[in-house]
Amino acid sequence: MPPLKGASELAAGGVVVRDEVSQPRTAGWRTGTKPAVDLSRCVNCLLCWVYCPDSAVVIEGTTFVGFDYAFCKGCEICAEMCAPGAITMVDEATAVSEHGRLGGEGVGDPRS
Amino acid sequence: MTGAEAVAHAMRQIQPDVVPVYPITPQTPIVETFAGFVSDGRVATEMIDVESEHSAMSAAVGAALAGARTMTATSSQGLALMVEVVYLAAALRAPIVIAVGNRALSGPINIHCDHSDSMLARDSGAVQLFAQNAQEAYDLTVMAPRIAERRDVLLPVMICQDGFTVTHAAEPVVLLDDGAVRDFVGDYEVPYPLLDVRRVTTHGPFAMPEYYFELKHQQVEAMAAALDALADVAREFARISGREYRAVEPYALEDAERAVVLLGSTAGTAKDVVDDLRRDGERVGVLEVRAFRPFPEESVRALLSRLAAVAVLDRAVSPGARPPLYAETATALHGLPVAVQSYVYGLGGRDLYPASLREVFAELTAGASGSETRYLGLRR
Repeated sequence: MPPLKGASELAAGGVVVRDEVSQPRTAGWRTGTKPAVDLSRCVNCLLCWVYCPDSAVVIEGTTFVGFDYAFCKGCEICAEMCAPGAITMVDEATAVSEHGRLGGEGVGDPRS
Repeated sequence: MTGAEAVAHAMRQIQPDVVPVYPITPQTPIVETFAGFVSDGRVATEMIDVESEHSAMSAAVGAALAGARTMTATSSQGLALMVEVVYLAAALRAPIVIAVGNRALSGPINIHCDHSDSMLARDSGAVQLFAQNAQEAYDLTVMAPRIAERRDVLLPVMICQDGFTVTHAAEPVVLLDDGAVRDFVGDYEVPYPLLDVRRVTTHGPFAMPEYYFELKHQQVEAMAAALDALADVAREFARISGREYRAVEPYALEDAERAVVLLGSTAGTAKDVVDDLRRDGERVGVLEVRAFRPFPEESVRALLSRLAAVAVLDRAVSPGARPPLYAETATALHGLPVAVQSYVYGLGGRDLYPASLREVFAELTAGASGSETRYLGLRR
């Protein structure tokens, strides 16, 4: 843990500039299951991204690519929101590829 | 014009970006007059008609942190409702200017002047400057954004004027040219604009025991800097106006043996009484405390150190303890051979007449009692 800062070393009012601080890994609360995605069933509605209470849903531009487990608390909201059933909750030990993919190629952004 | 109108004109000349405000007696003529300027297109201010003073201050905090120069106005229960968020404004370092028409807090419900409303906010971290008359209310309002927005201050600033006695009483007021005020206040530049998407910031983060103490102490430092800011801004203001304001205003104190210490419009009455008594050869004076927060302890001590006896007149009570101005003054004079007598006067708008002040000076001659507070004009 870095040494604690003194009053004069903190920005006025304790303002935190995102790019000047390390981002805390907040996934420590997750117990048991994690979301995984079959991109072949994804229609890129991005509702998972909208509803994720943290920043665990990763997009590139406007395209869903998967999950960042460092921030996922396993709340299951993304899986609940996923109408085509592309997102499912899997056991923590389940092997997944990058960004929690279960195989199958994504459709990508239908507009592209 | 009245004190309220004078402050509304100061706001017109400052042209704040945002004014979220809710009307309340006796502040209402401030917002009413200013709303006229807005509807007549004389200012481009975004005026937000909020549903309460809690909302007014909440909107003000958001606006100020986003980078908008922000002002509001309130009194009494309105300030009481605001206070929760005034603490946040100070903590988030939002330099909001708050025009206050001082009025007694309920209850019993009352609409007239005392200082209990401002005293409720005395530990909020807001700067509190008290005006004696409409001219001072105008001048201090013009100075306020510069004090509030200085980088080492960044605190809300309350400009307090006595309800009705100043807000509603018409007297001559010298206004500066609009351009002179615009040049004087300059532009507001916020250190960390909330809406800057290129530099994303978190404002008001949760502070656990490791950091709360440090962030609170920042406000202590900022308040100390506000005393310097007031002196600097006042010097600059004197150059454009010819009127210089100090954190404390001594009146006939040089050779005085006895003096009264007080806030607000009653200082004017006290100065008249002092003029009369001096004609009779009495060595009496007045110390008008303009800055209650930050409290200019060193100046108060220096200005009163040679006196024999001092009466501190509070227009607020602290049931179960000494009233606030007395407590600060007695602390400032600690260890000096100055007798300090506490008085409370004028609660709920009861007038203090010159005869009562003459009585105070006479009682000081007879001797001060450090052990009890006297209540002027109270029927037992």
